[in-house]
Amino acid sequence: MATPIVELKDVSKRFVKSLDMAGKLAAKLGANVREETVHAVDRVSLSVAEGEVVGLVGESGCGKSTLGRIVAGILPQTQGEVLYRGQPLSALSGQARVKAALAVQMIFQDPYASLNPRMRVADIIGEAPLYHGLTDKAGEVAYLDETMRRVGLDPAYKKRYPHQFSGGQRQRIGIARALAVKPEFVVCDESVAALDVSIQAQILNLFMELRAALNLTYLFISHDLGVVRHLSDRVVIMYLGRVVEEGNTDDLFANPNHPYTVALLGEIPRLDTRKRVFVPVKGEIPSPLNPPGGCHFHPRCPHAMARCSVEAPVLREIAPGRRAACHLNDAS
Amino acid sequence: MTLEMTGEATLRVENLQTHFDTKAGTVRAVDGVSFEVRQGQILGLVGESGSGKSVTGFSIMGLVDPPGRIAGGRVLFQGRDIAKMGEEELRQLRGNRIAMIFQDPMMTLNPVLKVETQMIEAVQAHGNVDRRTAWTRARDALGQVGIPSPEERLNSYPHQFSGGMRQRVAIAIALLNKPDLIVADEPTTALDVTIQGQILYEVQKLARETRTALIWITHDLSVVASLADEICVMYAGRIVERGSVDQVLDAPAHPYTAGLIGSVPSRNVKGTKLVQIPGVMPSMLNLPSGCAFRLRCSHADATCEASAPPASGGARQVRCFHPLTEVA
Repeated sequence: MATPIVELKDVSKRFVKSLDMAGKLAAKLGANVREETVHAVDRVSLSVAEGEVVGLVGESGCGKSTLGRIVAGILPQTQGEVLYRGQPLSALSGQARVKAALAVQMIFQDPYASLNPRMRVADIIGEAPLYHGLTDKAGEVAYLDETMRRVGLDPAYKKRYPHQFSGGQRQRIGIARALAVKPEFVVCDESVAALDVSIQAQILNLFMELRAALNLTYLFISHDLGVVRHLSDRVVIMYLGRVVEEGNTDDLFANPNHPYTVALLGEIPRLDTRKRVFVPVKGEIPSPLNPPGGCHFHPRCPHAMARCSVEAPVLREIAPGRRAACHLNDAS
Repeated sequence: MTLEMTGEATLRVENLQTHFDTKAGTVRAVDGVSFEVRQGQILGLVGESGSGKSVTGFSIMGLVDPPGRIAGGRVLFQGRDIAKMGEEELRQLRGNRIAMIFQDPMMTLNPVLKVETQMIEAVQAHGNVDRRTAWTRARDALGQVGIPSPEERLNSYPHQFSGGMRQRVAIAIALLNKPDLIVADEPTTALDVTIQGQILYEVQKLARETRTALIWITHDLSVVASLADEICVMYAGRIVERGSVDQVLDAPAHPYTAGLIGSVPSRNVKGTKLVQIPGVMPSMLNLPSGCAFRLRCSHADATCEASAPPASGGARQVRCFHPLTEVA
């Protein structure tokens, strides 16, 4: 197998809310206060091959966005290693480090919050390629126009500010900004979630065109299983910081293994199911501050056994190309 | 079949016009909307942002604030026109016979009052009941929407609930006085898939058990597909298509509806180009002449530019000169 373009090895991210002065004092005096730790991402390994589209699915608080940010190099991981083309990022320096950073870009969820309202579109898109020497002063305008046209924006609008665009167009600006530094790998974090259905289809089509034209690799983070199914070659399902299942898209949707995946797929409202009697999963997503022991899903799982509450299941291969973390797989 | 033709409609909206007077001109956010809902019926009101679906909901509740005003038409609730009612009369109706569920439950809940206080107040505001009875009703309503140990939860503040639980509390408050009509404005949009599934389950059960008429406002066609009896699709302030769920989703007559259905990824073959509606929703201040959808429509011709298409009559309606299927 070729070297994956990006690989995560046992990556964890913990957010610690440390005690302030008063808290420390209270703790010394015996009060019941202590540091709170959120295991946003808990020992996740993931590899993405060149040209692949990997869908990362999960509900709020499962750590999918945090994982996306670690992949994109925006957040440092607490533990583990991120590899770019087989090289650990921590070992790279100088030119090689910059090259790896530029190769992985991110497109954010909220097209309103992720663009600087005081910058013109020309600067939002054009600043980075000029700085990194992908174009020079002479070629700047042509480079900008080409990038804007590529994402379906009229270059005549380059002097405008973000507030003068609609939601869908703003998302195109965000895409153009990411593409302007010629990345190989793009992390899309809920990039169509804030858009109306008809606009969402336009942006999804754009993602697919760009992939074909520029040979891009995507990590597509979404809570929308319909979107992920349409776009991805492979799907990774997360629950409370851990990967519970991964596999080839068609295979996973046809044959979900983990009870959480089964529940998640059962909950999607679909156009062709009419007057369906909803059979909901019981319970809520537990707080990541205080996750249940053993398998995180056991309090909501219809198949939970005594073992599930004490021992966390290991993510292991259940079929070629399929991995799942569930004790039920041991029984069979 | 749940479409019962017997009996008077719980709510009948006739040619509703809700306008907003702005410096730049009058925005006709709702421009001639008509529909009705019967007891026990669930109506899905579907549209994208700016289509006027929420303003329609607010108009029904008598909640349109200046610069907005109901400029014409009638909103008949059990035969009485809400648009002509005074504030006091509306107060008697709201939270009692008609209830609303908002997208953000914190719009319903007061963050500094215990759930108990808020729920008892809502019961006592509309009926001469003692505190004990009101408390019992509040507890039962919480239990009805699937909140575990309702006695204890009554004693909590809204921030002590998760998002999904808060939305359940908001739904429980809407149910307190056993209303005849509930208007739900995108109540599950902000929730996770598994939590949305739970809420839809509760709502479906309630509508069946209590025979409450329900208007479900949403941008998500797949949610109404599994929930509603009838669908109204809105575009630029008008209902462009209306019919039973099966009619609208299986044989859409308006090109906009067909485009919306086509944009849903699960309706397309995996990996292929999605059907897309070109362009964007026009500004409500500057709508194209004739049919508002004309500039985004592949079937548009000179007829569409000359005048706005009228609504075809009957329970199955479409506003289009070139419908994709014949509508009787």
